[in-house]
Amino acid sequence: MQSHILSIILFTPLAGAFLLLFVPKENKDAIRWIANIFAAAGLLVSIPLVPWFWQQRFEPGFKFVEGAVNNWIPSIGAGYVLGIDGISFLLIMLTTLLGWVSILSSWEAIQNRVKEYYIWFLILQTGMLGVFMALDFFLFFVFWEAMLVPMYLLIGIWGGPRKLYAAIKFFLYTLLGSVLMLLAVLFLYFYNYRQTGTYTFSIEALYKTAPHIFHDPAYGATFAILLFLAFFIAFAIKVPMFPFHTWLPDAHVEAPTAGSVILAGVLLKMGTYGFVRFALPFFPDVAMHPKVRGWMIALSIIGIIYGALVSLMQKDMKKLVAYSSVSHLGFCTLGIFALTPLGLSGSVLQQINHGISTGALFLIVGILYERRHTREIAEYGGISNVMPVYATITMIMFLSSMGLPLLNGFVGEFTILQGTFVENWRWAAWAVPGVILAAAYLLWLYQRVFFGTVTNPKNERLHDLTPREVLTFAPLIIMALWIGIYPKPFFQILEQPVNQIVQTVRPGYPGAGGAVNASVPVSSAGTSAQLASENAKGNK
Amino acid sequence: MSYLELLKLASPEAIVVITALVVLTIGLTTGREAAGATVSTARPTGNAGSRSSTRSAALCAFVAVLGLAVAIGAVLMLPRNATLFGGMLVITPLTSLFKIICIVLAFFTILLTTSEKFLRHRGEYLAIVLLATIGLMLLVGSEELLMIFIGLELLGLSLYVMAAFDKTDLRSAEAGLKYFLFGSTSSAFTLFGISLIYGMSGTTGLAAISAKLATASVQPLLAVGIVMTLVGFAFKIAAAPFHLWAPDAYQGAPVPSAAFIASGSKVASFVVLGKIVLIGFAPVHGSAAWHGMVAGWSPVLAALAAFSILLGNLVALAQSNLRRLLAYSAVAHAGYTLLGLVAGGRDGFSAALFYTTTYAITLVGAFGVVGFVRHETGGDDLSNFSRLCSRSPLMAGCMAIFMLSLAGIPPLAGFFGKFYLFRAALQASPSHGLLWLVALALFGSFISLYYYLMVLKFIFVDKQAEAGADRRSVMTDYVLQTSAISLLAAAVLLLGVMPDILAAQILAAMP
Repeated sequence: MQSHILSIILFTPLAGAFLLLFVPKENKDAIRWIANIFAAAGLLVSIPLVPWFWQQRFEPGFKFVEGAVNNWIPSIGAGYVLGIDGISFLLIMLTTLLGWVSILSSWEAIQNRVKEYYIWFLILQTGMLGVFMALDFFLFFVFWEAMLVPMYLLIGIWGGPRKLYAAIKFFLYTLLGSVLMLLAVLFLYFYNYRQTGTYTFSIEALYKTAPHIFHDPAYGATFAILLFLAFFIAFAIKVPMFPFHTWLPDAHVEAPTAGSVILAGVLLKMGTYGFVRFALPFFPDVAMHPKVRGWMIALSIIGIIYGALVSLMQKDMKKLVAYSSVSHLGFCTLGIFALTPLGLSGSVLQQINHGISTGALFLIVGILYERRHTREIAEYGGISNVMPVYATITMIMFLSSMGLPLLNGFVGEFTILQGTFVENWRWAAWAVPGVILAAAYLLWLYQRVFFGTVTNPKNERLHDLTPREVLTFAPLIIMALWIGIYPKPFFQILEQPVNQIVQTVRPGYPGAGGAVNASVPVSSAGTSAQLASENAKGNK
Repeated sequence: MSYLELLKLASPEAIVVITALVVLTIGLTTGREAAGATVSTARPTGNAGSRSSTRSAALCAFVAVLGLAVAIGAVLMLPRNATLFGGMLVITPLTSLFKIICIVLAFFTILLTTSEKFLRHRGEYLAIVLLATIGLMLLVGSEELLMIFIGLELLGLSLYVMAAFDKTDLRSAEAGLKYFLFGSTSSAFTLFGISLIYGMSGTTGLAAISAKLATASVQPLLAVGIVMTLVGFAFKIAAAPFHLWAPDAYQGAPVPSAAFIASGSKVASFVVLGKIVLIGFAPVHGSAAWHGMVAGWSPVLAALAAFSILLGNLVALAQSNLRRLLAYSAVAHAGYTLLGLVAGGRDGFSAALFYTTTYAITLVGAFGVVGFVRHETGGDDLSNFSRLCSRSPLMAGCMAIFMLSLAGIPPLAGFFGKFYLFRAALQASPSHGLLWLVALALFGSFISLYYYLMVLKFIFVDKQAEAGADRRSVMTDYVLQTSAISLLAAAVLLLGVMPDILAAQILAAMP
């Protein structure tokens, strides 16, 4: 069971999609039930992973590895190899959770072409899970591109008024990046062949040879930087980092609610995951190159500030949330390129946090949109009078998103800033206004929408959340509180992979690869701040 | 060499010839009788006559399919290796494999004809398809220039007739005429080129030519001969700038003919072109590397490839008719495939062959869907495809698979094919000299994504077209076609998920 758990998780949604093919499309309720059952099953089968993974969280290397190198297409050296470490484990759990939540949330939102909708959604789910599980670059690439098609159709068919423009823009942007990445990885593949004499796309094999390109006189540093740039563009488009972000507001605004949840919650994480999994370990010396790193940090900071400033000015709620993603993801990339254990684990945790809170924010916007069919902020006001439960949940999620202590956002952002501060306090100083601005745009939004008296007569008769809607928020709130109050398990899970990456990128960095953090006793009631600082102490 | 042995080695071709003759006879005897009956007698028998003609049509198709199946069996019975008459008939694992592939493509083409209304003379049409198939098999199974030329002509003449077969459609006649004029000109080029090569080397066998070229230096006249031969083949595979016939032929020809032109003819042409350049002209390979161009045939092919990729993709962007779009995309795909030949070597050749095979399968399927839509709506413009998904989800799904495979989206065959090609091209020289071509091809496939997505947009996203009263429900009399199309779509998916079942076969069959 343990040896095939990843495949089971991976293909459960696909099995659901396949089953749905045979249900007549008129039978909408049956389709909804089957889709929801399979989405829930997708979450359920991933739950045994939690205790199993917990037992081996400090062991080095990838866990639950399945398949063998080059077993899939031997003639080119591609294998069906799955495996996870702490980073992908958390992202997989996030994906299965959000997949279930967003399918549940679509019950009433999607009324036409129900069957196709759920089929594409379940296929998308498999594609995303595959991206986080693949340990073979070819396999990774297959999933990376394959999930573009369902997302294209989800935006294109069930989206808003400018859906076609948004869908094609999304597809073309992402594909442009991945084409470059494909070319770069072919170079690594041939380089690996020259070094070892075997053709393989196995990531672990490429880890061993790719870093040498930088010092190889036949190629040199410039060449390695070019290769890094090819990866960088692919992932930066996906994240999206500052100059590559223009597809995001369009895609988010036009996508259906569940599509936005998945897009913000999971798809954007593929970019940051790509940095952590590929760009850093393949090109450690490039990542440490002062110029390259300076640019990465600069773009991240610009993203943080710019995204937040643009959010302030939005009149459309969904667009506001979309731009806030640019800002939040800026924190994630900042943490990655700080290249300290704290920065990296904060970054991964913040990715999870962003998935939870921004996913919830899109659901929140979607609920109002379903009732009123507009997202204009000016149309609302005083909603807390008519929808008290909704207003409460919204407040929790807004606070979580802006980083209030005891909620998840704080832990992530604080750890990132701390990790960055250790490296260079100026970087942290530039990023801090992002936190303040986040509070500004979210609280201002809350004030305009929820406080005061009901100004618009159309809003007087809005009904509060249904039990199904509350159920969609429940897991997200629980997770937000858990991470906010007791993040220690998450840091423990991230410790091994994060230290390993820092160890690869900057060998001998104090704190990486040394003492196991978890062995340092941490007061269990300690807030994240205590935990983080104790971790830092323990490392020194 | 006894005649008995010749007969044994040429048994697949012989079987297809016999099948063609039998089909022709059945068509002539039963079909004409029925037609005569309807003319001479009054109305009641007219019904019976049409019924008997459909029965004869079914019989023709059945016999043709049966003959092809037997021919596949005969191919499988062939010895592994044999050479007759200095390469006129060659049997290797590679030729056997591609004979089977050609027969299978013909098989699917025949399935596409089963409910075509234009076919008044079904027996003749099927016989011509079978004759064209023989042409394909001769092309694949020969390493001698004269024999190759005969194969080309047999194939070409059959295809001209097939393109012009729909007498009720003006476009069909136009397609046939254009195809014929361009084709015969290019045949003249090829023949002239071959004669020059023969004049300079004194032989028509590919292996012997190669030996001659290796010892002597290349004279200008020989270079002219090589270029002229290449031009003739560039026409066959519709590489720019020799592609001008393709849009009209693809658009005007009856759907099964267009499918066969786009698939079988292309596969065989690539096999032969590969053999000619990689066996016959091997010593004058040259190099198309960016900083190390060396004169030879590979820079010529590289230039053709680059031009085809750019022109095909850019012009396809502007098309509003699906068949023309497919034609221009075919030009681009010919360019990609040439990449494999430019790279050369076992890897390059097998990548090119894998690509062209999967491409052929995809296009037969795509034309099948075009035929379906044509039946249903009476046209094949992109607008005819709008909301195909609500009319026939199955066909819409198949078309999505075909289009995405052409665009090179994993996990479909087209993605692996492209990947395999690019890998071969980068592998060809240690300093990745063909990078410029690969980058161009990647750029081209990036552009192509846009128009393939446009097709999907029409199929899945467009507003529901008004349900016109003239819209016939054709699902029922299209069962055979739809199942054939679904089979092809499944094959495209399977070859994408497990490409090694074909790629390893091709690689193992390489000499």
